[in-house]
Amino acid sequence: MSEGAANVAAYVAAQREQAPALPAFGTPSLDASRAQALESLSQLGLPSQRDEDWKYTSTRAITRAAFTPAVAGAPCPREFVSQTTIDGLDAWRLVFADGFWQPELSLLDDLPNGVQISGLGQSLGSEPQRIAALLGSALGQTPHGFIAMNSAFIGDGALIEIAPGTRVDKPIELLFISGCSGEGFLSLPRNLVVMGAGSQAAVIERHVSLADERLLSNSVSELILADNASLNYQSVQQVAPRGFHVGGMFARLGRSARLQATTVTMSGALVRNDALVNLDDEGGFASLDGLYLAFGRSHVDNHTHITHNAPHCVSREHYKGVLGDRGHAVFHGRIVVQPGAQKTDSVQNNQNLLLSADAEVDTKPQLEIYADDVKCAHGATVGQLDETAVFYLMSRGIDRQAARRMLTQAFAADVLNRIELPALRSYLEAQAAQRLSPEQIRESES
Amino acid sequence: MLKISKLTVTVDGKTILNGLDLEVGPGEVHAIMGPNGSGKSTLANVIAGREGYPVTGGSVSFLGQDLLSLAPEKRAREGVFLAFQYPVEIPGVANVYLLKEAVNATRQHRGEEKLDAMDFLKLVREKLKLLQMKEEFLYRSVNEGFSGGEKKRNEIFQMAMLEPRLAVLDETDSGLDIDALKIVADGVNAQRSPDRSVILVTHYQRLLDYIVPDRVHVLAGGRIVRSGDKRLALELEAQGYGWVESDPSTVSAA
Ligand SMILES: Nc1ncnc2c1ncn2[C@@H]1O[C@H](COP(=O)(O)OP(=O)(O)OP(=O)(O)O)[C@@H](O)[C@H]1O
Ligand SMILES: [Mg+2]
Repeated sequence: MSEGAANVAAYVAAQREQAPALPAFGTPSLDASRAQALESLSQLGLPSQRDEDWKYTSTRAITRAAFTPAVAGAPCPREFVSQTTIDGLDAWRLVFADGFWQPELSLLDDLPNGVQISGLGQSLGSEPQRIAALLGSALGQTPHGFIAMNSAFIGDGALIEIAPGTRVDKPIELLFISGCSGEGFLSLPRNLVVMGAGSQAAVIERHVSLADERLLSNSVSELILADNASLNYQSVQQVAPRGFHVGGMFARLGRSARLQATTVTMSGALVRNDALVNLDDEGGFASLDGLYLAFGRSHVDNHTHITHNAPHCVSREHYKGVLGDRGHAVFHGRIVVQPGAQKTDSVQNNQNLLLSADAEVDTKPQLEIYADDVKCAHGATVGQLDETAVFYLMSRGIDRQAARRMLTQAFAADVLNRIELPALRSYLEAQAAQRLSPEQIRESES
Repeated sequence: MLKISKLTVTVDGKTILNGLDLEVGPGEVHAIMGPNGSGKSTLANVIAGREGYPVTGGSVSFLGQDLLSLAPEKRAREGVFLAFQYPVEIPGVANVYLLKEAVNATRQHRGEEKLDAMDFLKLVREKLKLLQMKEEFLYRSVNEGFSGGEKKRNEIFQMAMLEPRLAVLDETDSGLDIDALKIVADGVNAQRSPDRSVILVTHYQRLLDYIVPDRVHVLAGGRIVRSGDKRLALELEAQGYGWVESDPSTVSAA
């Protein structure tokens, strides 16, 4: 056993204890996959900075603290849910308390034909074989210990299945609330989105904290897009200043399928987002946008990995970060073009704005190209506000703070402008504006 | 209106302005000409309060107050306007947003109410017409993708919106074709008034045919080496700067 095991012993033990109570326990394929994930977890341990993919992100704050996997039953205050909702967003909504579905807080009335939305635990109870077979299919190899941990505990989360040819006319919001069980708990939601051929939907996955406490959420979402399916997937992390969040989005795209994902990180002590996309057949299109704000001592790590497995696919990545105080951000963008994936068209772009001298960014493109007829471009910038522009605004009567805020918001705006749902877009604009308030924009004395 | 005495500016040990004197009365238009690198933009920037131009001597008084002690945005709210030689592109900030913030900052400073959306739009439309600009310019990002001429026109449009007491136009005529030059000049002339002064920095006498100055100055070696009326510009056009720079007897002419 590797030394990694030491930092997961408690989680392994907790899984052994909880396993018999997990949904669909006794389903052979699921039992086997959980056991296998548990084995991986023991082997891998939680990642450390010695792992290449975690080089710039220390998990020590997580491994040092012992988190207890939450169990179902913690209540989530209804008022908190109403406070947290997005104004003007007409959506079907699933609410989760520490990873467990809360049907009474959810809105699922009048689901049209062809749209199935439910708690994963419930569906595993009623159709264990079929759902178990789908789980893990977008995951591929387990990239690190957190993912293995999530797979070992598969129990609840969201299940969304859109029948072939169905266009869903309302967005589906998944609201994950951490902290319902109190401080020191770990939630492990697992989501599965299955898009039938030619179907179309928009999903919002939001992670919020009930209170500013030491909490960990470890969430995995699998997105399976059949031929010609189109999915808009927006994930938003609004984690409390002391909260930790590790999230994975794993997508597999069929022929001419389209994924438009946006990841917006507003806050959190440590937020790590893995986005892994496999373009499996010709004509696939994946666009990953991201906006991350890192203030205070916040650490935000976006790790993207797009694999072009087939010819004639397009991938676009556009990530932007705004950092202040002692904020630290990491962007690692890996693009793999497999042999035979000719005519790949890939553009990756990462831009960072540093508002203070103590903020720090590590940005790392990683292109691995094994086909010869491809177009791959990438670029990364780390810069400060343009002083000439600040002066220009000041010379028009706008004070320095306001000028800095205008320019910072303008920098962040283009990612948010690309969000198609108007209610979500204005909500995020307002949230970002609040984060970019005068105290955040202030200059560090140096 | 504006009184500059013995202004000295030293950047990285290099004296750019060297004891410059200049006085501009209310309602007057002064042209400043001078060779490349003589310090014209430096003077304009120092008046507007740009960082990086340390004043090592002299004073600037504007409407009786010490201009140099004011932050740039305060100067603007007091009525100083700089039309930039190179207007800055600001992606993501709409022209109309900048104007609204700017106009209201100045109004608040004067103890006036903020303009409501209707009145603001009315004012904007009136000034757009003055500069013959299309309304779509309002919603484009500030100067982004504007042609050189459009940028200059946008500067004068901002000036019209802000109604300054002192406008310093730094080579606003450069890069304008004849038609645009006429529009910009008409825009400036329309804003001439007994309590608004203008400093025109230019290389070309042509502009002065359209905006007729009360005084013309030559800036060389960090100070005003010669001043005269509009005929001085014609002389310069014909003879270049060599004769004023090389003739020390002209230094004190004012
Ligand atoms: N920030 C700076 N640092 C160092 N030198 C500077 C700086 N700004 C201006 N200068 C120098 O000061 C001198 C005057 O520059 P300025 O831009 O004021 O000239 P100008 O008269 O406006 O010229 P032009 O007609 O070409 O616009 C030049 O030699 C220039 O290189
Ligand atoms: Mg100049």
